Amino acid sequence: MKALDYTGTQVNYFFVCRRKLWLFTRDIRFENENEYVQLGRLIDEYSYPRKKKQIEIGKIKIDFLDNKQGIIHEVKKSRKIEKAHIWQVKYYLYWLKSHDIEHITGEIDYPKLKKKEAISLTEEDIKAFEDIFAQMKTVLDKAIPPEIINKPFCKKCAYFEFCYV
Amino acid sequence: MKQPLYLFTNSTVKRKDNTLRIETSENKIDRPIETLSEIYLFGEHSLNTKLLNFLSQNKIPVHIFNYYGFYSGTFFPREVYLSGHVTVQQAAHYLDPEKRITIAHKFIDAAASNILSNLGYYKNRGREIEKQISRIKTIKKQLALAPGPMELMGLEGNIRDLYYSAFNSIIKQNYDFEKRVYHPSDNFMNAIISFGNSLVYTTVLSEIYRTQLDPTISFLHEPGYRRYSLALDLAEIFKPILADRLIFTMLNKGELSEKDADQKLNHCYLKDTGRKKFLRKYDKRLRKTIKHKTLNKQVSYKRLIRLDCYKLVKHIIGEAKYSGFKMWW
Repeated sequence: MKALDYTGTQVNYFFVCRRKLWLFTRDIRFENENEYVQLGRLIDEYSYPRKKKQIEIGKIKIDFLDNKQGIIHEVKKSRKIEKAHIWQVKYYLYWLKSHDIEHITGEIDYPKLKKKEAISLTEEDIKAFEDIFAQMKTVLDKAIPPEIINKPFCKKCAYFEFCYV
Repeated sequence: MKQPLYLFTNSTVKRKDNTLRIETSENKIDRPIETLSEIYLFGEHSLNTKLLNFLSQNKIPVHIFNYYGFYSGTFFPREVYLSGHVTVQQAAHYLDPEKRITIAHKFIDAAASNILSNLGYYKNRGREIEKQISRIKTIKKQLALAPGPMELMGLEGNIRDLYYSAFNSIIKQNYDFEKRVYHPSDNFMNAIISFGNSLVYTTVLSEIYRTQLDPTISFLHEPGYRRYSLALDLAEIFKPILADRLIFTMLNKGELSEKDADQKLNHCYLKDTGRKKFLRKYDKRLRKTIKHKTLNKQVSYKRLIRLDCYKLVKHIIGEAKYSGFKMWW
């Protein structure tokens, strides 16, 4: 898989759980069965109804775009796995930059918390991505899924029953 | 938690906005679509493609039973959980005889355990079924030596014969139950068993449908032989837990009797009254929960089937060895 073929979700999962990334990439998915995921989907669906909705460009899917200010928005439910959210948005910026779309910034919106967070892509981030992609490839090249990670948030994960049964 | 919907009274089922509407000659009932896991149709119902599209969107399978309560088929929404990786690995496990027998063996081993659990329960209540128990235990030990699925099925047949021969001792009423007769059932006992088994089959099928497993690639039964044969494989494990125990209890308590069946010259089937009574208990049993040992939380009996599907996926992708669910209570 080439670097720019990843989806935002894959980058996000890389930071949350490598096992989840491996399973998800092989279409072993449980998102539709999980009430937290369904809640997240509803929040996304019913928040900001007047803004433009989901835009698909190549492999990436941006929640919505603020055309005037050049900001891409990503809607999230909670800040629990913030690092993953941040890198997901950075990846979108990286992807756009690689396709000569510059001067764009990002924003993570937490409608339930009434909070938002600005995201930008630095030179360091760009370098970091090379390493991230290499590590993602290593994970995905494995013949069997990486071990379970045994974190407290596993309990709320859509993959919980699959992993721990 | 999504629940199955069982419809007996003849009706027209349709989509009303984003809700399911059931119209009978007497009344109209609306059911929010988000609350349904699957629909069972008994009796005569009218539906249209608008409804089927709606059900498909919401991933709700419809199981259809004919006038006699025999399973006719399932309307399956377009598959949603396909994984090429899992399908390829599942086929590989079928094609390699050694890998295939490993899984097939686990199905029968778990089924035999659950059968023994049922028998043990009634032995403790004074039934004279010692002979069947010890002979099943002997056969169970031979399972691992079976060279192929055919031989395994043979041993499974022996276990089942012994198991059924214990039914007369377990059930207090005197139903002449000599042997299992299929298609069509010849007497009351066979009619109940057939009905119970078809329910377990459809429940298992609905659960498989919500995983990446391909229901046509099986390990114990030959694939694609008339039915979704993986559902037949997994049903072996869950029939003793979900259906058989229910049959024993209901007959012993007199909750179900020959009055609930229609005995014709050469076949017998459960009447509407019998089906309703059985389904009510069956549905209750599916919802019953136990504390799961490794997940450390309450899970329903129905969920146990899904968890076995997950275990099977993990086995197939080479992660963890599968073993079928065994009752420990």
